Amino acid sequence: MNRDNATWRQQLAQHDAGALADLRATLMRNLRRGLAGRPRADDSFLEDCAQESLLRVLDKLDQFHGRSQFTTWATALAMRVAFGELRRSRWKDVSLSDLTADDDQAAPDVAGDGAAPDVQLQQRDLAAALLASIQHDLTARQRTALVAELKGMPQDEIARQLGSTRNALYKLTHDARKKLRERLEAAGFTADDLVSDAGK
Amino acid sequence: MPLSPTELAKLLELLAQTQNHELNCEQCLALVAEFAESQLAGQSVAANLQAVQQHLAVCGECREEYEALREALISMRENGPDE
Repeated sequence: MNRDNATWRQQLAQHDAGALADLRATLMRNLRRGLAGRPRADDSFLEDCAQESLLRVLDKLDQFHGRSQFTTWATALAMRVAFGELRRSRWKDVSLSDLTADDDQAAPDVAGDGAAPDVQLQQRDLAAALLASIQHDLTARQRTALVAELKGMPQDEIARQLGSTRNALYKLTHDARKKLRERLEAAGFTADDLVSDAGK
Repeated sequence: MPLSPTELAKLLELLAQTQNHELNCEQCLALVAEFAESQLAGQSVAANLQAVQQHLAVCGECREEYEALREALISMRENGPDE
């Protein structure tokens, strides 16, 4: 049954059985499409995610403002649920403290093969300045969170191990990125240096 | 906490994209459906959705979820909603 956004909202708010069943089936189909080929995303996993997503949609129904198709919005929530589960299962046994053990580090060679000597020198200076700033300008908590993210640990898992939330973690690492960028710019590196080095 | 050259390059890329004001993941999630539909419709990024585009550039997890959403929408468009 095709429904417009207002009908979805109204029927789901009333826990209409037909609307619940249709939305669950839609989420299941869209999860299968979006996660096609992903390891561990089998039918059982997708069924669980569709069910959990349905509950999440009902919980957030008043946050849907009709700026997209209702099913697109609900599918976006379902992707958050499904990828959260996949990441959690992959990282649940990894300790944040092991991942971010504190060791001194010399600047690694970030220059690409064949880069001109002056470019290599600038890249080495930039890497050294960045590592020094990570060590000296960030708080221990900022450093741990940022390094864990760079090593691929999911934000939900970092937040859980830090006793925080994903939103608070985002603010923590955003503040860390801003501070590092400011320090590099104060040390004479321009925004263009960051862009050109990141692109090499 | 040693960082590999790849991780350092990734951090430089993040710093290059960092803005003073960014959406967090929850704020991005609230807008990403609208962003995905507008992208699939070939529309230019509206002013209120530019922050979504910027967040997707710096947040790998939201970007991964967005790409899966996009895949689902494309598949639905090509195969019909019930296939």
